[in-house]
Amino acid sequence: MAGSATPTVGVLALQGDFREHIAVLRQLGADAIPVKRVEELERVAGLVIPGGESSVMDKLSRMFGLAEPLKAAITSGMPVYGTCAGLIMLADTVLDGIVGQQSLGGFDLAVRRNAFGSQLDSFETDLEVAALGDPPMHAVFIRAPVVETVGARATALASLADGRVVAVEQDNLLGTSFHPEMTGDTRFHQYFLAKVKAA
Amino acid sequence: MSTNSTSDELGTSRVKRGLAEMLKGGVIMDVVNAGQAKIAEDAGAVAVMALERVPADIRSQGGVARMSDPDLIDGIIEAVSIPVMAKARIGHFVEAQILQSLKVDYIDESEVLSPADYVNHIDKWNFSVPFVCGATNLGEALRRITEGAAMIRSKGEAGTGDVSEATKHIRTILGEINALKGKSKDELYVAAKELQAPYELVREIAAAGKLPVVLFTAGGVATPADAALMMQLGADGVFVGSGIFKSGNPAQRAAAIVKATTFFDDADIVAQASRGLGEAMVGINVSDLAAPHRLSERGW
Repeated sequence: MAGSATPTVGVLALQGDFREHIAVLRQLGADAIPVKRVEELERVAGLVIPGGESSVMDKLSRMFGLAEPLKAAITSGMPVYGTCAGLIMLADTVLDGIVGQQSLGGFDLAVRRNAFGSQLDSFETDLEVAALGDPPMHAVFIRAPVVETVGARATALASLADGRVVAVEQDNLLGTSFHPEMTGDTRFHQYFLAKVKAA
Repeated sequence: MSTNSTSDELGTSRVKRGLAEMLKGGVIMDVVNAGQAKIAEDAGAVAVMALERVPADIRSQGGVARMSDPDLIDGIIEAVSIPVMAKARIGHFVEAQILQSLKVDYIDESEVLSPADYVNHIDKWNFSVPFVCGATNLGEALRRITEGAAMIRSKGEAGTGDVSEATKHIRTILGEINALKGKSKDELYVAAKELQAPYELVREIAAAGKLPVVLFTAGGVATPADAALMMQLGADGVFVGSGIFKSGNPAQRAAAIVKATTFFDDADIVAQASRGLGEAMVGINVSDLAAPHRLSERGW
């Protein structure tokens, strides 16, 4: 929290690959905890929303009273980094959601779920990310979303060869369609932790 | 839809195992048609498993159980946007080819269906679509991983509503992994021999203390408490087969099992989720099943 040398960061642990994010954050020296209750959310100075199934995270977060406190935290400027399903959760507009699917919002984006097709279209590729410098980031896309519209308040950080946007930033918010927690390249997590320390 | 460029790598081990990573902490539900798939998705399933008949019906009706009709699988893919898995018979690589051509997201080479080959499992490295396979112990899990499985589920005893075999299998697999930790190199050679699994894989697991792929559990999970039990025992997630659509109120029971899987460590929430669900599937005690009717003994 404010004033402490190593702020506690959380990883939303309702479903998905939250353990991998916790491991990366701890490897970088952060005090990382799983968050699935309001009391846990209150302890953290930054939050990662992991990969997983966005429709399930949405349902559980609303069912257990976590959605409103999460929205309030995002609005109040808490740094939040969403990967894949987490990016969907942060987007103001979700395209191709299941019936009744909502998002936490805050990120001025329209994000399309499963934008590449089925699992057969999941892929790995190298991605230039100017904000992170060289070398390119090796990125893993699994039934991944893409950012279809980058709103005026948001900035694209990386795009595929065909121009589709897959990494974005907006003040306290960071999002990637892919999974840096799976490849051992910790630069996005470092970028996020720098936001937490600056907040 | 996809416009992958030529430098992209498709169907890699990382991508195959990665989808299972994203399903962790979730519930995968057996469905036989689009209507059930929709109910499962609305209830919070992370994926659905398409099969011709749920295991309880395979048991009661008998006969050869096979891959679903492609029309039904297309209907299920059309109806939901969560991942769709589908079952193929053990060793039936043509059913698997068909499922890949239908673009399912995962293939379950499953003992719940009638085996097509009593000697060989499918060479799963030949496919771009990932596979999940059942296992009753670590050696069996490692043989499936060697053949290319990207996810393992402990078998349990499907279609019974009796969780005792699921408990036994997850405890066995995790116990055998624990037993590898701290073994010296010469002991690991013997362990590999006893497990009937490749030494390199055994050494990797001894060092990591876990499988290189996600481990779900299956076979007899019928209540929120059963799901929470599996999670507390160390499963990464659960498959629920007949337990949902053979119960009195599938939608409500499915949602309750999802809640209990996420909050498996919170007895108050599991208690709340267990209330007022109506009738659970009737079930059969595994001990009452004659050995030839035990599905978990199929596959080796």
